[in-house]
Amino acid sequence: MSVLGKNLMLLLGCAAVLMVAPAVITSKFYIDVLTLIFFTAYLGQSWNILGGYAGQFSFGGVMFFGTGAYASSILLTTFGIPPIIGIFVAILAGAILGLIVGYMSFRSGLKGSYFALITLAFAELLRVLANSVEFTGGGVGLFLTYAPGLVNLQFNTPTGFYYFSLILLFISIVIALWLERSRFGAQLVAIRENEDAAEALGINTLRCKIYAIMIMGAMGGAAGTFYAQKYLYLDPPIAYSIHLSVEMLLVTIVGGMGTVFGPLIGAFVLHTVNEIARHFIDTPGLSLIVYGFILIFIISYLPNGLIGMFKKKMKQTDATSLDKLKSDEGGRDA
Amino acid sequence: MLNVAGVTKRFGGLTAVSSVDLNVQEGEIVSLIGPNGAGKTTLFAMVAGFLKCDEGSVAFDNITINGMKPHQISKLGMVRTFQITQPFAGLTTLENIMVGAYSNTSDRMIAQEKAEKVAKTVGMTSLLSQGADGLTVAGRKRLELARALATSPKLLLLDEVMAGLNPTEIDEIVAVIKGIRDTGVTIFLIEHVMKAVMNLSDRTYVLNDGQLIASGTPSTVAEDPQVIEAYLGHGAAEAMVANS
Repeated sequence: MSVLGKNLMLLLGCAAVLMVAPAVITSKFYIDVLTLIFFTAYLGQSWNILGGYAGQFSFGGVMFFGTGAYASSILLTTFGIPPIIGIFVAILAGAILGLIVGYMSFRSGLKGSYFALITLAFAELLRVLANSVEFTGGGVGLFLTYAPGLVNLQFNTPTGFYYFSLILLFISIVIALWLERSRFGAQLVAIRENEDAAEALGINTLRCKIYAIMIMGAMGGAAGTFYAQKYLYLDPPIAYSIHLSVEMLLVTIVGGMGTVFGPLIGAFVLHTVNEIARHFIDTPGLSLIVYGFILIFIISYLPNGLIGMFKKKMKQTDATSLDKLKSDEGGRDA
Repeated sequence: MLNVAGVTKRFGGLTAVSSVDLNVQEGEIVSLIGPNGAGKTTLFAMVAGFLKCDEGSVAFDNITINGMKPHQISKLGMVRTFQITQPFAGLTTLENIMVGAYSNTSDRMIAQEKAEKVAKTVGMTSLLSQGADGLTVAGRKRLELARALATSPKLLLLDEVMAGLNPTEIDEIVAVIKGIRDTGVTIFLIEHVMKAVMNLSDRTYVLNDGQLIASGTPSTVAEDPQVIEAYLGHGAAEAMVANS
């Protein structure tokens, strides 16, 4: 109970601060950076549900994003259906894609790197497909008209998109909190820790993994609509970019996999580091190198992410002999 | 309750289990013994659905369970433990047992209560908040038992829950297993610790080279010349008779 209480307090506190933040932060730049952080954290959380909780790493998470983006954008451009309805179609499209990919790969027992690679292959397949068929606009892409309004999920100020991304983020964190407390969440974690034992204890591991990838897909679909309505342009390299697949797993790994706030912390730290590096280093490309070094450092020395580091600190205070042993090892490594 | 008829398993050219027939009645403790490599764990894996039988059939509560998935068999009420313990290493003891308890409820509080009750039965109450990766061998064996028990099974398949334990720990777990049987759970176990087999089982099956070579009460089985030869080598039975 106390853990939930603490998390809930933290969540509501953060939400309250972030709700009023635009009143204080007048710079459009910072609002935009925060929006991007929330958006990445949201995508990271979608990856976290399948990767962090259920232990199934995907390298092609962008496929849900791209499919959702195309779904609502095509509905808008071809059929004139507004994105406020389109976003639900995007969610559905993401979930269905999750069902298909999940069923095909988990049924044949793919796990570990094989599962990661097959998701990468699916994302690439969809990119090539989107490039070659007509209704996606092919390589030319889709141009969406600028028409601010809630019905179009477009806003004439950065603050509008800020709140849009904040709502998405909030929903994703509520989903993660629910996982922490529910039977379904416990079953996903059991699958991550030991799939055979989970199966022996009556868990339908195939079904649980498919549900997890469907939730990831649904979340990714909504993110696609958000992106399309914010940037008003979509083409296959954007919709199915490997870069985004990597970014969603990176923020989660850096922040802490299988934790509620890991993706948000990871997104915040990585974006901040990135912006600072860009701001202070003039030589083109050098900022990326600095960013890369920091990334390597975090991944080498904090295998449980930034949240793992805090948890370890807390454990040390009431350390049993075993914890002491572990932290000694950690200290030596560092 | 459990009926195994003519079950065979081949791995390439090797016949690991060869047309085995056995049954377990409700309320019994039945043991399966045999030298290393006799096929005991393979047989268990087939019964619990982790391996497919090449021939023969397995029925539980008069339902044929060949071809069913392990989780379906588990839901019917037959749950196995693993010889090589398979804890959810990143979780605490309580969380491990709760995964088992969740098989009958989706309510967190009910699952936790059930897990705590089971932990008490197997004597793990003081270890509930400890991480499963920090448990001793004896602790892990108990955890296997506790997790399976938390699913409220009708039939427990215990695969060498006493291997690697010291005599005191064995006495403790024997008492625990008897206690579990007294609550109405039927038990089918693989065991090497003969003292425990003698002490616990109502009936014993002996497997050697994939074939059943004897069955009956533990004491008759222990005197069976074929069983003695299986364990001690060809001619051992005659030598023992000659010596006595």
